[in-house]
Amino acid sequence: MSHVEGLPLTRGVPQRADTRLRIRRQGRWLLGLLVPAGAALAWELAVRAGLANGRLMPPPSVLGATLLDLAQGGDLALHIRATLARMAAGFALGVLAGTALGVLTGTFAGVRAALDPTLQALRAIPSIAWVPLFILWFGIFEASKIMLIAVGVAFPVYLGTLGAIRTVDRRIVEVGRSFRLGRLALARRILFPAVLPHYVVALRSGLGLGWMFVVAAEFMGASEGLGYLLVDGQQLGKPAQILAAILVFALLGKLTDTLLVAAAAPFLRWQDVAQDVVPGEPPRRREPC
Amino acid sequence: MLSLRHVGKTYPNGAEALAGVTLEVAPGEILAIVGGSGCGKSTLLRLVAGLEGASAGRIALDGVPLAGPHPAIGIVFQEPRLLPWLTVAGNIGFGLTHLSRPAREARIAAALARIGLPDYGGRWPRELSGGQAQRVALARALVVEPRVLLLDEPFSALDAFIREDLQGHLLALWSDTRPTLVLVTHDIEEALVLADRVVVMQPKPGRITQVLTIDLPRPRARTGADLLHLKQQVLGLLRHARPAAAKANAYAASPAA
Repeated sequence: MSHVEGLPLTRGVPQRADTRLRIRRQGRWLLGLLVPAGAALAWELAVRAGLANGRLMPPPSVLGATLLDLAQGGDLALHIRATLARMAAGFALGVLAGTALGVLTGTFAGVRAALDPTLQALRAIPSIAWVPLFILWFGIFEASKIMLIAVGVAFPVYLGTLGAIRTVDRRIVEVGRSFRLGRLALARRILFPAVLPHYVVALRSGLGLGWMFVVAAEFMGASEGLGYLLVDGQQLGKPAQILAAILVFALLGKLTDTLLVAAAAPFLRWQDVAQDVVPGEPPRRREPC
Repeated sequence: MLSLRHVGKTYPNGAEALAGVTLEVAPGEILAIVGGSGCGKSTLLRLVAGLEGASAGRIALDGVPLAGPHPAIGIVFQEPRLLPWLTVAGNIGFGLTHLSRPAREARIAAALARIGLPDYGGRWPRELSGGQAQRVALARALVVEPRVLLLDEPFSALDAFIREDLQGHLLALWSDTRPTLVLVTHDIEEALVLADRVVVMQPKPGRITQVLTIDLPRPRARTGADLLHLKQQVLGLLRHARPAAAKANAYAASPAA
């Protein structure tokens, strides 16, 4: 509480409430860290004390050493670069296709009637099922991997974009119409900002699926990439390498998602439920009177 | 002059929302439309706003038939319908994009001051109370200086105290440029306090039962004897509107003031 008391009194009550909220938010963040950190520590101690054999599930210290080893040899950077490059190309392609299809079907009822059933049917195919076909079509090198990632990304982006456009509040569109906005102005000034929050969510789920598919893609005969580290670790019996790659996947996934959210944040400041609200906390509503 | 000639609206499902509505509204006049739910009063407003097309008849402004939304006709809805991604100032300036930035900002500042929210330009709509949001919606519609302003039950979602306050605000704003106001309401008192004429409508199909001229000086006391007498008259019209339409003609158009 000394943080609160240390504030200049002139800042007023709402500021103080903000501060308290921030402290509580940090508290929760630490609380969330407690479980994984505690588990890691317990495992480390258990292996050191000889209570557990750490061969198949290496303790954090071994994991750290493996990561350091990979990083120092320059291998880690090479594999991360390879994975990121595939991911970037596949994600961009998937987002482009998903968005274009979503906008077309969301805007034109005729296009929707024609395309949506087919797209929904294609979506129902487990995407891994495409792998053999993609290898036949695009070869075993980069093209087939990027295509697989793109397919994984495109569907959630398509669904999210279509859904967002279809659920734009008719009443808000009427405001635009009453100001005589043309089709393009209506899209730019009303539809685009109205759709944006849902679109960002669609991009995020696309990104998540992209990370899933990059692993699947790298299982099909990659010679570099984090997925290769996984396969290599299994074949040569190096569980620490597998765990290290998993850890890097987790970090990269979280990092890219955070970057996406941060990039969108300036455009979504108006939203009632901001990201800075603690999960489960009702959104604050100021009532100036 | 806003004029409607034998205007009808039949929806694709066969429901006849409006039939044979003929009405003239003079420049600067305040016209209120009252009636029970389903009498087509909101439909009438949406036709004039150009948000829907009439299936019969003709709607014209100064003799020019309307086809779609018209730049000189503004509308305020029951809900403020502010765009949540624009600040209060951005919302008020929504229809002013043709102006230069300084001109637009001057108009917005003047409008904010006029509705009594001079420091609210930078706020988000979610930070406003219901009454404040509706005032911003009024400013957004009026800042483009329409010749006709349509209001679709603009105060019905607000509590009584704020409603009276906003009715006063509306009259003040109206007196600035004196646009024609067409106010749809189910609040008879609101209609009588504000309007020069009150149109009483009845449903199935929506049509005009009676047009009453309210020849009382403003500001009008809500509890004045004349007003209460008129209120009884309108209530009577609305009660009789249901079973037999023809009866309504038996009532005098003008009250014995």
